Amino acid sequence: MAEERRFRSASGVPITLRRRQHSASCRELAVRGPRLQLRSLSAATSAVWLAAYGLFALSENSMVLSAAIFITLIGLIIYLHFVKIDQESLLVIGSLGIQVTSSYASGKESTIFIEMGQVKDVVINEAIHMQKVIYYLCILLQDPEDPQGVSEVVPLFQSSKPRLDCLIEVYKSCQEILEQRKTVPQSN
Amino acid sequence: MVLKVFFPSCCSSADSGILIGRWISEQNSAVILAVVHFPFIPVQVKQYLGEVQHVTKVSVSVLGSWSNSKQEKEESLSKFLEDLGTIFCHEPWIQISKEGDSKFWSCSTLQKHSKSPQEEEIILVYYDQRKVMLSHLHPPLDTAGQRAEDASKLSAIFDTVARSQVLFMTDRYDEGPIKLTHWQSEGVEASIIVELLKQASVPACMLLTFLLSLLSGICRSRVLKFWPLSFLWSKLSTCEQLGHRLQHLQVISSNKKAQNQNQLMRKANIFVSLLIDVALGILLMSWLYRKNRIGHLADTLIPVADHVAEELQDLLQWLMGAPAGLKMNRALDQVLGRFFLYHIHLWISYIHLLSPFIEMILWYVGLSACLGLTVALCILSDILALLTFHIYCFYVYGARLYCLKIYGLSSLWRLFRGKKWNVLRQRVDSCSYDLDQLFIGTLLFTILLFLLPTTALYYLVFTLLRLLVVIVQGLIHLLVDLIDSLPLYSLILRLCRSYRLAAGVKFRVLEQQDGKPLRLLMQINPLSYGGVVQTYRLPTYSCYPRDSWASLCKKLFLGELIYPWKHKGDKQN
Repeated sequence: MAEERRFRSASGVPITLRRRQHSASCRELAVRGPRLQLRSLSAATSAVWLAAYGLFALSENSMVLSAAIFITLIGLIIYLHFVKIDQESLLVIGSLGIQVTSSYASGKESTIFIEMGQVKDVVINEAIHMQKVIYYLCILLQDPEDPQGVSEVVPLFQSSKPRLDCLIEVYKSCQEILEQRKTVPQSN
Repeated sequence: MVLKVFFPSCCSSADSGILIGRWISEQNSAVILAVVHFPFIPVQVKQYLGEVQHVTKVSVSVLGSWSNSKQEKEESLSKFLEDLGTIFCHEPWIQISKEGDSKFWSCSTLQKHSKSPQEEEIILVYYDQRKVMLSHLHPPLDTAGQRAEDASKLSAIFDTVARSQVLFMTDRYDEGPIKLTHWQSEGVEASIIVELLKQASVPACMLLTFLLSLLSGICRSRVLKFWPLSFLWSKLSTCEQLGHRLQHLQVISSNKKAQNQNQLMRKANIFVSLLIDVALGILLMSWLYRKNRIGHLADTLIPVADHVAEELQDLLQWLMGAPAGLKMNRALDQVLGRFFLYHIHLWISYIHLLSPFIEMILWYVGLSACLGLTVALCILSDILALLTFHIYCFYVYGARLYCLKIYGLSSLWRLFRGKKWNVLRQRVDSCSYDLDQLFIGTLLFTILLFLLPTTALYYLVFTLLRLLVVIVQGLIHLLVDLIDSLPLYSLILRLCRSYRLAAGVKFRVLEQQDGKPLRLLMQINPLSYGGVVQTYRLPTYSCYPRDSWASLCKKLFLGELIYPWKHKGDKQN
């Protein structure tokens, strides 16, 4: 079953959280940010081309115009493929692991899968970012040598930066599944 | 606890039979490797599995039953399959059944000695057997200290499939008691070209080894070890590059098979890198010799050397006058200026002596570009070093003079203040000097101090010129290093067969139906390009800056000679 709720990100942009329960031990939580607006795209393109036309008027060199078109195209491709993240999702499969996926605007998906044996816990942390204090969800990885220690912290939802209310929903969903592995006796 | 069943997607349309694979009890997961079809004799199946286990060291066993009924579900078949569970006793006995063309299979387990009688959840994970078998999992680089028991659970699965290659040799179409279905059932794959190359590589390697042993024998002969030849070889970067390439050739022509993945990739990378290098070199050579460009190059070499010498002469005349408005000590200025001018005059005469032979030398040297682009670049760097040899000499003269002056000044400054450098204790001690010592010392100090600007200016100018040449040489060597160390085969593999280099896995949730087990698709997550370069970089005799910026500035200030690039074979000073 799937349900969607609207929240706001740390910078005030509206985001949606979509929760799907695939089975008793498998949940998918996806945070979707706003899509690329046509307004901002045309504003950026017109600004670049106006500047290029101004340079052309000054220098009478038509290379400036073709260079501007080239730069705009390349810049747009780089932005869509490497910078603009549309959706960040978390797939928690009890007894297998946690999968973190970021989908870019061009369709590219970058995935990390962390096995359940390496996951110590999922917590909400506070951080000081510029002049604000923001909350972020992160996965704590187990240190192989020290059972009490944490070897690495993997922050989640870094580009959509949801606020605390959204993070609490995600946290609760994750913890329900993570608790299952504590109640079931481990055979190793 | 949750039971995970890893099912190969190639067996989805197989006929009914029993499932064989490996049961990993620590993770409560079953890795299914193949399906054995009816009819079979259980004793023969057990015998076959025992043989497979002996060869592959993977504990393969019968895990359960698989029923693919195209018609209605038959009650007798299901009873028969349950009875099989008693013959091949395996705990738990997994039963997977597929009806018609439905995507949603029903999966159940039979536990005879179950402590917890409740239904445990089953997760069905589909995996592409061929890709998992061929792929190589790259653990993250900071897990060097991990113990064997903590090894990733996924690597156990990859390991199981990769080591069970012998299981995949027999097929259900083969004549034999056991009829299996696995990834080869979709069509046995082999490439004739690859097989032919493998057969041809053995005699080729032997020939190459023989030639290389001859070559290295010649290189190691005593004749070439005499000074000044050995000094020359160590200074020329071309010889280092050729030695490096020789080493590479020895690695790829050795008869030993690669022990593990890393060695195999290294050999392949060296081979492809050499090939591309030689191809680019031959391309460069054909371009150079096509319209006699090399002749033109040789013709312009002498005028360029002349031009550089003229520019230097102009520079020295400028220094001998009032450079940048500074007033120099006339006598010292003239002496130094005339000395350097005479040096340039000598250099130009030597160049002009060589000029009829330049074209021929360059023509033959240009032929060696067929050994590789890196060799051509090294030759370019060496030619540059030889042509700017006079700048190097000037730098050394200027630096030595300046260094002498600085040391003299510092020692006399100590005398001026009544102190002395204690060599034994390596510290500054006070000392009482005689009057005449003080007098002469102060006089010399004054002379040196007032001559300092002149020497310092000459030193500054020639150091800047030398640094310019060093930077250009450094850039060429950086390019050579890049070509040497780039793992081209791994990058091409990442581009074309990205499943071979795996950083991990990714799961995709397939359509679900209530009451049926959770269906996931396991795909291979390929290593990023940066990760590929970092893991498979070829080691080089790299030249990286020897000094940090602070020590470089200190050396420049004191007038010590700087050799900015350090080679791996150099001793630490």
